Amino acid sequence: MPSSRATPSQTIGPFYGTALPFPGGGDVAPTGHPDAITVHGRVLDGEGVPVPDALLEFWQAAPDGSLTGSPGSLHRDGARFTGFARVPTTGDGHYALRTLPPPEGAPYLALCLFVRGLPRHLFTRVYFRLPEDDALLAALAPERRDTMLAAPEPGGHRTYRFDVRLQGDAETVFLSPTRPFP
Amino acid sequence: MAAPEVLREETTTPAPEPYLGPAERHPRQPLVPLALSPGAVELTAPVFGAADVSPLDADLTRQHPGEPIGERVTVSGRVVDGRGRPVRGQLVEVWQANAAGRYTHRLDRHPAPLDPNFTGTGRCLTDDEGRYRFTTIRPGAYPVFPHANVWRPPHVHFSLFGTAFTQRLVTQMYFPGDPLLAHDGVWHSVADPAARRRLVAAYDPGLNDPAAATLGYRWDIVLDGPAATRSEEGRH
Ligand SMILES: [Fe+3]
Repeated sequence: MPSSRATPSQTIGPFYGTALPFPGGGDVAPTGHPDAITVHGRVLDGEGVPVPDALLEFWQAAPDGSLTGSPGSLHRDGARFTGFARVPTTGDGHYALRTLPPPEGAPYLALCLFVRGLPRHLFTRVYFRLPEDDALLAALAPERRDTMLAAPEPGGHRTYRFDVRLQGDAETVFLSPTRPFP
Repeated sequence: MAAPEVLREETTTPAPEPYLGPAERHPRQPLVPLALSPGAVELTAPVFGAADVSPLDADLTRQHPGEPIGERVTVSGRVVDGRGRPVRGQLVEVWQANAAGRYTHRLDRHPAPLDPNFTGTGRCLTDDEGRYRFTTIRPGAYPVFPHANVWRPPHVHFSLFGTAFTQRLVTQMYFPGDPLLAHDGVWHSVADPAARRRLVAAYDPGLNDPAAATLGYRWDIVLDGPAATRSEEGRH
């Protein structure tokens, strides 16, 4: 049961852009790291229209499997791996992130998505390979499962494509922390 | 302490349509419970520290050479989890309109003046008791759809992190006794009246800051999510 005293969520609104995004928000990988990957894609609504006012946050384990994170995301020094990214979509609904591949024991990026108008944010995951022993994935039909899989970009160097579809035939799987939408 | 004046307004005005955003942005499939995956990344959270936030970031009245226009306020409260445990050292971010109801955001077309001495964004870390504190200006009301006569009550947008990524919260704080609340579709997007009232701060003279010449408002925040309810989940 969710706490009955919990403070409810409210829409992020249209004007978070002066407060939440920060320079280097998507540069999680240390500068010049040889293992860095690029994850990019678009956020699309139910009509396939790009969403220009979404904010994506990523949280992941470090390459050594640790989930302790590190301060310094908001003023990156180019050396520390903090595990946290925040990127707004551009006018054509696109976002991009440079990070290190998640380790085998925690093989995905947790994604929290804020969209103007939605009363509550959405959670999903970005996998690079679907593990077989994942209880959450096992409960899903294969075509639903695949919406959480980033695709290697043909011709792109260590680049993966991950689109988020808010609604429609290929609607992305969204995860509930405790309570049903919204 | 609830805000009784809000209750009174609710009973005398028909409730507005809840604002739920564009329908084509709403997922239609049921959400998949994260509880299927214990040990998940989402049960931990990013951390922030002195590298991220300077103490000056919490005073929105000191970001420019001059004094911003408007009523000076202190907004402060505690961030706790569902069991009342303080959320320590975590990031709190705010953004708001100036005293005239105008955001510095380039897409805000409200024909009210910008204030050259007010940007309207702030950050701080919670202390060991989970407390946050901002010095700012009471924001003004603003029209969302001027032609439809739809106005937002004065509010401060809040962004919070807990000890689990699933406790992430973005919400809005309101001021007590505001007649616009009863007409606000965004506030009414929270269907439960008791939950809605938890978004309204209380005037607290104990938080008035004589040195900063502010009026004090207290607003406590309870973060939800698996970190707060993990042991309860085992009892199903
Ligand atoms: Fe607003």
